[in-house]
Amino acid sequence: MSLKAFHLIFVTLLTGLSFGCAAWSFQSGSAVWGVTGIAAGILVIIYGIYFLKKLKNVSYL
Amino acid sequence: MDIPYTVQIRPDTGIYNAKLGVWLFLASEVMLFGGLFSAYVLLRVGAAPGGWPHGWLNVTLGTINTLLLALSAITTLLAWAACKAREFGKFKFFHACTILLALTFLGIKSYEYHDKLNHYEIQLTNGKFADGHFVTESKNFDLAKKTGTITIHGHIVEDHKELMDLRTPEAQAAKHEEITVAATDIKKMGNYGPRHNTFTAIYFTLTGLHALHILGGTLVIFYFWGPGSRMWKTDPERFTNRIEVSGLFWHFVDLVWIFLFPVLYLT
Repeated sequence: MSLKAFHLIFVTLLTGLSFGCAAWSFQSGSAVWGVTGIAAGILVIIYGIYFLKKLKNVSYL
Repeated sequence: MDIPYTVQIRPDTGIYNAKLGVWLFLASEVMLFGGLFSAYVLLRVGAAPGGWPHGWLNVTLGTINTLLLALSAITTLLAWAACKAREFGKFKFFHACTILLALTFLGIKSYEYHDKLNHYEIQLTNGKFADGHFVTESKNFDLAKKTGTITIHGHIVEDHKELMDLRTPEAQAAKHEEITVAATDIKKMGNYGPRHNTFTAIYFTLTGLHALHILGGTLVIFYFWGPGSRMWKTDPERFTNRIEVSGLFWHFVDLVWIFLFPVLYLT
């Protein structure tokens, strides 16, 4: 597995963490941090698409 | 003597040797951290009701550290991509960013440790508990001889359970002030170090081991950024593979933190 593939796993988990933190913040009564968590999650997804385009010629192996 | 398959793909594995080596190493790391995570889960589910602390860690600092490590994973990847694109200047820049982010992470972690080691719980002879950060102590303070006084910045509670969950409205509203306690009034006293309770023990073990990995990774990355980067002139492909291998380790360390942060800070 190349660094590209491992980075994709990392980005996926980071997205999960961002949305998870958003849910935790909403549950704790902090709407501001909740919205920030959702925004962070969306940013990470956008970054993931950018990095996949940037390294499209690099192997996953 | 040449080391084989540093750049070429080894036919039987389909990858170069260093990559296979680092994945075998990471497999052993998964078992190490997996064992500790399992220990955490078992200790936590086995704790008596109200016996597991909540809200003891600073979520803001933990979030900042998560952000720093996430950014460092990105800069590591970009450094490798720069090597692949034969842009050595960009590689230098992105790897320097990784080193700075890692050092900032360690600085914040050190602050958190200092805060815990400076935080005292004092069991008083009247059954109450004084809890807070160390301010000062008199010159003759000696707990064994019961002489002198100690001053902390904190509050006094009637029941120890009040110290276990700091997320409750009562705990949040507690007024903290300087409290001076005489040694004669102290039954037992200790800081929030690893020996304080099960939570602090597993917290220091998990985060300490993780911080050591960050430190080790930073040293390797620094070597490739500094003296080790001379290989770029003689064998750029091999150097690029070295950056990939160090990046794989760095991503693993970042992944561990992605699990550590919610488990320790948010639950």
